Amino acid sequence: MIVAEKKPIEEIIELVKDSEKILIVGCNECVTVCEAGGKKEVGILASALRMYFMNQDKDAKIDEVTLERQCDHEYLEEIRGRIDQYDTILSLACGVGVQFMAEKYFSTPVFPGVNTCFLGAAEERGVWSERCQACGQCILGITAGICPISRCAKRLMNGPCGGSTQGKCEINKELDCAWQIIIDRLKELGRLDDYEKIMPIKDWSTDRAGGPRKVVREDVMI
Amino acid sequence: MRLNYPSNIRIIRVPCTGKVDLIHILRAFEKGADGVYVVGCLEGDCRFSNGNLRARKRVEQAQQILNAIGIGGERVQMYNLSSGEGPRFAEFALEMTEKIKALGINPMKLAKMKKVA
Repeated sequence: MIVAEKKPIEEIIELVKDSEKILIVGCNECVTVCEAGGKKEVGILASALRMYFMNQDKDAKIDEVTLERQCDHEYLEEIRGRIDQYDTILSLACGVGVQFMAEKYFSTPVFPGVNTCFLGAAEERGVWSERCQACGQCILGITAGICPISRCAKRLMNGPCGGSTQGKCEINKELDCAWQIIIDRLKELGRLDDYEKIMPIKDWSTDRAGGPRKVVREDVMI
Repeated sequence: MRLNYPSNIRIIRVPCTGKVDLIHILRAFEKGADGVYVVGCLEGDCRFSNGNLRARKRVEQAQQILNAIGIGGERVQMYNLSSGEGPRFAEFALEMTEKIKALGINPMKLAKMKKVA
């Protein structure tokens, strides 16, 4: 999922302090799961902002809504009828949702309420870590299901490097060396011969190096 | 035991302090409560293992938010006691009441009164 973190309330206040009619829009997908921008967080932020404005002697209208997704037209359309009632939209969706909202409602200012971090997994309650960089050319099939692009600091295709010490990365002693895990798992799978193969230079054109990306699938188009 | 404690406290019973969420604390302030305190079991003694520890975290989050919006985080407090400590309960009630009296009325209440006037 896309992992996001709540922006500090002070930063959000700075963004919306001059607004009078704010709609806080949550998203029921990834940001709900990582507890940054779901219905619950929308309620908390709305309550905090209401109190902030009241304390400042400002009569602000703050409403809340949580959409199923903010990265799909059909769900964003649900608020079209009421969008004119607000001078500010505060979106707690990931960067995708915020942008899609801004594109759709072009004349209403849209502000982000979260910092979008990465594509990751929930290791345990309250701990998320990166697992994918969406490079567009998945090599997990030959790296024993461990991604060296997202989990190796150097994104090495033929690792580990000399900085790998006792299974840990040189940039941080807490960080596992992705290549150590790859080797351990290849050994476990009896595929250590695969490790001997030299991987060619990766085609980074499918990554961000090729500019903003797009997937067009005519087979699913209507 | 027939202990006395200030009558201005409204007790809201919950099955475990772990049930108390951040939004409940914030809504209380939004509605005009001058202070909120959560009284849980002693740490390590939770019937549901960590309900009171969760409550403490939420109280801390509420303090942070209230500080950021200028209401004052000291208006929220977490207390712990065992179910056999009636006198402690009365002590907490007194302590919190005195503290809140010193802090004054919830600015929300003042703002609402101003709006009505």
